[in-house]
Amino acid sequence: MQILHKSRVFLSVYYANMLEYRAELILWVLANSMPLIMMGIWIQAAAGGAFSLSSIDFARYFICVFLIRQLTVVWVAWEFEKEVVEGRLSPRLLQPIDPGWHHIANHIAERFARMPFTFALVALFFVLYPQSLWLPRGMGGVLAIAAIILAFILRFLIQYTFAMFAFWTERATAIEQFWYLFYLFLSGMIAPLNVFPEGVKAVVMWTPFPYLIYFPASLLVGLPVNVGQGFGAMLAWSALFWVVNRWLWRRGLKHYSGMGA
Amino acid sequence: MPIIVADCLSKVYPVAIKQPGLRGTLSHFFKRQNRLVNAVKDVSFEIQPGEVVGFLGPNGAGKTTTLKMLTGLIHPSSGRVRVADNIPFQRNRAFLEKITLVMGQKQQLLWDLPAMDSLRINAAVYGISDREFKRRVGELTEMLSLEEKLTQPVRKLSLGERMKAELLAALLHQPQILFLDEPTLGLDVNAQASVREFLKSYNERFDATILLTSHYMADITALCDRVLLIHQGQLIYDGALDGLLDHFAPYRQVKLELEQTMLDAELAPYGEIESISGREVCFIIHREDLTRAVAKLLAELPVCDLTITDPPIEEIIGRVFKSGLVE
Repeated sequence: MQILHKSRVFLSVYYANMLEYRAELILWVLANSMPLIMMGIWIQAAAGGAFSLSSIDFARYFICVFLIRQLTVVWVAWEFEKEVVEGRLSPRLLQPIDPGWHHIANHIAERFARMPFTFALVALFFVLYPQSLWLPRGMGGVLAIAAIILAFILRFLIQYTFAMFAFWTERATAIEQFWYLFYLFLSGMIAPLNVFPEGVKAVVMWTPFPYLIYFPASLLVGLPVNVGQGFGAMLAWSALFWVVNRWLWRRGLKHYSGMGA
Repeated sequence: MPIIVADCLSKVYPVAIKQPGLRGTLSHFFKRQNRLVNAVKDVSFEIQPGEVVGFLGPNGAGKTTTLKMLTGLIHPSSGRVRVADNIPFQRNRAFLEKITLVMGQKQQLLWDLPAMDSLRINAAVYGISDREFKRRVGELTEMLSLEEKLTQPVRKLSLGERMKAELLAALLHQPQILFLDEPTLGLDVNAQASVREFLKSYNERFDATILLTSHYMADITALCDRVLLIHQGQLIYDGALDGLLDHFAPYRQVKLELEQTMLDAELAPYGEIESISGREVCFIIHREDLTRAVAKLLAELPVCDLTITDPPIEEIIGRVFKSGLVE
């Protein structure tokens, strides 16, 4: 009961906080519109070349990428770095709750604040391009929702783990920016993994990247993926980053000198 | 039984050194050089429940570092610290529920929302029921004269109102031990006085223990009977505020209003002149010489009015550090 009450209060307050940034919310949604640009490129490419996916497949895939990006966007490294460098972590550390819960609540609340704009854009897309409209078949939709939630958890855990380096380097976001380069190419944001050479794809599937976008997007569109391996890999990578995160957190706290506090 | 025990507490930490200029920047980039700073050295003291203790010292003396060790934010390099029967750095729930730390400008309130929303988060964190939350907010709002301010966005509050709202947030869980680092910094005289008044009544009402640092001596004189004086990381005085005056400042300020202006040279033989402004003269006179000096002043000078006071504590502290009394 206590946990439910705490969650409700945290989410409602952070949701109110997010709604203070009405204009920014629309800009944030639009700022993540790279998948829509990639969609245009790949539709053109599919029309002129031999790919395993048709123009319609590409359109559906990239609208899913857009949606998943909106639902899994994470900025905890920037927030956490600021807290450490400016010493704002100190008051949080003195409360009997892990400071991470503030970030989690903030991210989840932001999802709800952003959702109306995201869905409006997706709806507009289907109005403009009705041929691409489809409904996920059978369990696909349910599995996709589970995969999107897990993708958010994994992405959050990865970035929060990088954020821990703020205790030592004070510029942990540089690590995240370096990592983003790999994320951009290997997650399926620029191209679905179906167009990668088989050997490359096989290797990439062992990394956490494809599970952040490609795997849930494929489930949603109905592209063939290994469901068991996908969920297994997501859980395994999440567990690994969780363990590393907690280890770094404990070490980092010892190192923390309350800079600027 | 003491509620705070610091036993030979020390903190050493590395600070990066960088020479100015491009050359310094490049060598700093390739090879970091650190120097070890002894922020706190062998500090020991005990504080009893309900005491209000002032923590004094110049900038960089080690006050904030000590407060951070007492609250568990940083780990001591050596020594032992116990607060409310807990080791602070372990940050047990029981410990965190008993303490609070207020750091001048460090805000825990969400900037864009009314303070009430941040208070609701705090209430949830500390497991305070809705009824109890309303009662405590009502009580603290009244004590802090913050009515109607809690529903305005924090960014729209004045500095004084924001500081009071921060205090309210920090005290919502009714901590027994308050660590206050410059709680009145940047506030105007009225706001300072009301925060001071509030802390005094909080201490009386809840029998809370308070350890506070402040640049404003008025905070210390209004609230603290006992002071800890720290200099270059070492505790150099622990005792009553009055004792500090006797110990480090065995002199008094004698202010005279004369019937006519007089020259410095004419006044100099009567004692150390602190200031002259028209017909008003202020002497600094050693306590042992006070009776004789005052009798001489009254007998030999055309005095309209004479007052004897303790010099302001700022000045005493300044003299303590300047005169090398503590070296």
